[in-house]
Amino acid sequence: MKYIGLIAVLLFGAVILTTSLEFPAVGDPNSPASRHVSDDYIEHALEETAVPNLVTAVLADYRSYDTMFESAVVLAAGLACFFLLRRFRRKPPPYRLYRHIDTGVILIIEKGGKEPTNSDEFERIDANWVPYDVIIEKAAGLVVPFLQLFALYVIFHGHHSPGGGFQGGVIFGATLILLALSTDLRSTLRQMPEKSSAIMASTGLFIYSGTGVLCLLLGANFLDYGILSRLLAVDPVMARSHGILMVEIGVGVAVSAVMIWIYYNLVSAGRHDEGL
Amino acid sequence: MKGLSMPDWAEFIIANYNYWGVAVLMMIGLYAIIAKNNLVKKIIGMNIFQVAIILFYITIATKLEATIPIIRHGHGHGAHAAGIQAAGYMNPLPQVLMLTAIVVSVATLGVALALAVSIYQRYDTLEEDEILEQLKAEELRQV
Repeated sequence: MKYIGLIAVLLFGAVILTTSLEFPAVGDPNSPASRHVSDDYIEHALEETAVPNLVTAVLADYRSYDTMFESAVVLAAGLACFFLLRRFRRKPPPYRLYRHIDTGVILIIEKGGKEPTNSDEFERIDANWVPYDVIIEKAAGLVVPFLQLFALYVIFHGHHSPGGGFQGGVIFGATLILLALSTDLRSTLRQMPEKSSAIMASTGLFIYSGTGVLCLLLGANFLDYGILSRLLAVDPVMARSHGILMVEIGVGVAVSAVMIWIYYNLVSAGRHDEGL
Repeated sequence: MKGLSMPDWAEFIIANYNYWGVAVLMMIGLYAIIAKNNLVKKIIGMNIFQVAIILFYITIATKLEATIPIIRHGHGHGAHAAGIQAAGYMNPLPQVLMLTAIVVSVATLGVALALAVSIYQRYDTLEEDEILEQLKAEELRQV
């Protein structure tokens, strides 16, 4: 199998390399890819949408159907991980573990034993190896709010600088994953339960398609934001800019929620304890 | 650059080496998908292949002596939309396509890893040949 694979790969590479001689040179301004719609986007996007970042304008306005179903794909991936891995029926473990927060001493409580009630002093953990480090936890807790602020900046400043819903959403999801890595899954699940991440993921897609339906109700085509000027008291060009912002927010919400949702299910193999 | 006269072969390399890098990455990824025995290594190969595709599109989008596709001084109401030269900005379309492709590659990576986890839960291994052996043994037991 290895040799067949190697031969197939070498043949494939030979085909690619020989055809690459016919490709336009790197950086050629007259290459076929930049000769058709691209010039039109570059020259007219600013006057049509009032968005200087052409990538955002093309992503959320000219090709907004593509982006909507792209975020639907992301939601579908989150759902797929959920249905593949999530196990709700869990046989109760023979013992429970509690850690005394100040000293790090771990108590093993057998079935029927008396469990500690003071939750300020003890926290429940799932496995003996779950590490605990004051420095990492406090440092991550200090950094996370600023990272989340930066994620919001990336989403809301996507019109004028590199950024947008996808990037900001991924940063926001990564901050929650950082929280889960630096503490443990149980405490992160308390702050961002699985149910709310699922609801957020579908809400994001709802915001996106709802913007489209709003345009439809006002009498324009689906996702034709210019008509939103009737609601927003701006001219149609600025209305397109604001419509782009609305769908970018939807994308950001959906992507960040799906990131953390996939992480929850993958890291614990669907059991939502410390797991793997 | 204009003052120096480059030999032909150097110009040829500069005009094409991005494509060669992409081809090599594609070959590495495809070889990992076909020939590697471990499922996680196959998934890594799939990701290398996706990175190769992304680099290919970004290579297509570049233009010499052009800047990123964000219009300069494009803020506010008084932004002058006239006089924007298409040659001055890179092609935004491949970048848009790859922006969404990156997110979809993360999504497919998540689903692939979820499948790997559930395969491991069932067969206790991620090696392809061992999984195939177990599948054959199961078939024999059913017959």
